[in-house]
Amino acid sequence: MGDDAGFTTVLFAMIAGAIRVSTPFLFVSLGECLTEKSGRINLGLEGTLVFGAMSAYAISYQTGSPWLGVVVAGIAGMMFGAIHGFICKLPKVNDIAVGIAMMLFGTGLAFFFGKAYIQPAAPRLPSISLGWWSDDPQVRQALDVNPLFLVGIVLAIVLWWGFRNTRLGLIVRTTGDSAPAALALGVNVNVVRFLATAVGGFFAGVGGAFLSLYYPGSWTEGLSSGQGLMAVALVIFARWNPLACFGAALLFGAAGALGPALQSIGISRGYHFFNAAPYLMTLAIMILSISPKRSLKGAPGELSITK
Amino acid sequence: MAEASIEPTARQGLMYSEYLDRFRRSSEFVVIPLLALVASAALFSLFLMLVGKSPVEFFSLVWRGGFGTGFSWQNTLVRASPLIFAALCVAIPARLGMVVIGGEGALILGGFAAGAIAIPLVPIASNVLVMPAMFLAAAIAGGVWIGFVGWLRHYRGINETISSLLLFYIATSVLNFFVEGALRDPSDPNKPSTAPIGAENMIGPIPGTSVHWGLAFGVIACLLVWVLMNRTTFGFAARLTGGNVRAAQGQGLPVGKLVLVSCALAGALAGIAGYFEVAAIHGKANASLIAGYGFTGILVSFLARHNPLAIIPVAIMLGGIASSGGLVQRRMDLPDATVLVLQGMMFLVLLVSETMYGRLPFFKPKGTT
Repeated sequence: MGDDAGFTTVLFAMIAGAIRVSTPFLFVSLGECLTEKSGRINLGLEGTLVFGAMSAYAISYQTGSPWLGVVVAGIAGMMFGAIHGFICKLPKVNDIAVGIAMMLFGTGLAFFFGKAYIQPAAPRLPSISLGWWSDDPQVRQALDVNPLFLVGIVLAIVLWWGFRNTRLGLIVRTTGDSAPAALALGVNVNVVRFLATAVGGFFAGVGGAFLSLYYPGSWTEGLSSGQGLMAVALVIFARWNPLACFGAALLFGAAGALGPALQSIGISRGYHFFNAAPYLMTLAIMILSISPKRSLKGAPGELSITK
Repeated sequence: MAEASIEPTARQGLMYSEYLDRFRRSSEFVVIPLLALVASAALFSLFLMLVGKSPVEFFSLVWRGGFGTGFSWQNTLVRASPLIFAALCVAIPARLGMVVIGGEGALILGGFAAGAIAIPLVPIASNVLVMPAMFLAAAIAGGVWIGFVGWLRHYRGINETISSLLLFYIATSVLNFFVEGALRDPSDPNKPSTAPIGAENMIGPIPGTSVHWGLAFGVIACLLVWVLMNRTTFGFAARLTGGNVRAAQGQGLPVGKLVLVSCALAGALAGIAGYFEVAAIHGKANASLIAGYGFTGILVSFLARHNPLAIIPVAIMLGGIASSGGLVQRRMDLPDATVLVLQGMMFLVLLVSETMYGRLPFFKPKGTT
């Protein structure tokens, strides 16, 4: 009986975790999906995520408005994306190396300006309760949903629809699959990739705002440990499909919630092992889903990472 | 016939301009990174002025804290040692066209393996056995770790940049899992650590200094890697693979083996950095191993253009900047992340400078070609 109760607790914690923890994964992976669809990879989104988290927290603390924080985090992320896009536009520059540099630069800047905001408490984002129909407090808690989660779902659907059915989507896909073909269509490849990277950065910044303003809900230097990077791997797993990105984000969220969930019912042995679960899962998923023998379905042809 | 018609003086002139051209071309690889350093220093000065601090004070403090006195030089060199190893962990795979950024993970695991193998050995064996065992354990742990990255890359087609960074996070979990659990020394209530390896198993300083032997090993490793990469068949094959994998495969080169061996070697060197951190500084394995040397090593290798010989001075320079961090923090009331911002700017400006190669007229060969 006790085991059963423990099991349901863990199960609910993981469902709740999937909803709660997945949002930053979702935003970063959608941003990365857009950037990669245009034929460029941005590994620096980890840095963008951390800087977005810091700036959102700082703005929310200074102005008292968490939503303004979200917007500013997005704009800051867009600047980072624009820097990345601008540097990659130059000839002979390796986009993976620029990503690593942006990762270090973004985290460095965030820690530099974020030092003053580690202690104070900033207003957090509100949540919407979708569990009103249930009497079970566990269900209610699990269904306390942040509006950004819903925005992320809408965004995933819009991107998925947009890639298939709009002229803009066609331009981005063509640029990513074959730069010469895009050129022949009269598309300016550099401008498309620049914009795709900047907008992708905006999404990642918003994902960072979620981290500091909702869950875990405070600004610390260890706030994101590799979530931005895992989201990049997640896009490959999702085969550059925004809807699949959403599913993969839920899966990663559940894996991330496993450690804390087990701890909540008193299993603290192997805590560090369960903390490593998301990274192990990312690696395992990549091993299982990528084969060197065949090219990946849906992979943009110009992408350096799949070559 | 044609050769005979060239006068001896003309031939000399030809050789002279060839020499000059070669000098012009290779000086490009020194001048452009130096220009990038100057530009990033200027950009960082601008940044400091924007946050209301004096760039002059900053750079003079960096000079004083990193290179001003004999004491600060020794401090700098102690930090340069792991940076050299960590940079080699980036530079060797880079010759094969791979961007491995998880050297920090191999360093952590190397240090952990060294500390862990010492636990059963220290009570029963003398330092003649314990020290080599620790060294080997560290090298093997690091080698297997990054060798796995190479295996994933070649046989499973998984991007080495992403997998190596994921493995870094896993390595920190492995370290914490054992150090806070099964291998924790119960007699140390403060910081979870493995049992101390004991003074007789510590590696001492180079005579006449307070700098440990890791620096000497690092310099020797750079020389050996340079010889390996530039003067052996292995290095030639590796560079060929880095230039064009398909061409190398077409030539019948064992690309898979080259990737595996290079990555394992790179990881072993990073693991050795971990060994020296444990055996020369901490005396036991604990979370202090996670100090970011692996990440700064990426910047070192890129600044040195993945040239093992250039890694030595660049590592000393960045070691100096890192060791002046404390002084800068105290005197100027700047957060410790200031060094990270400077490093990030250096990295970005350096990558932007890549675009200048072959475009500046000064470095173009002028003579016969």
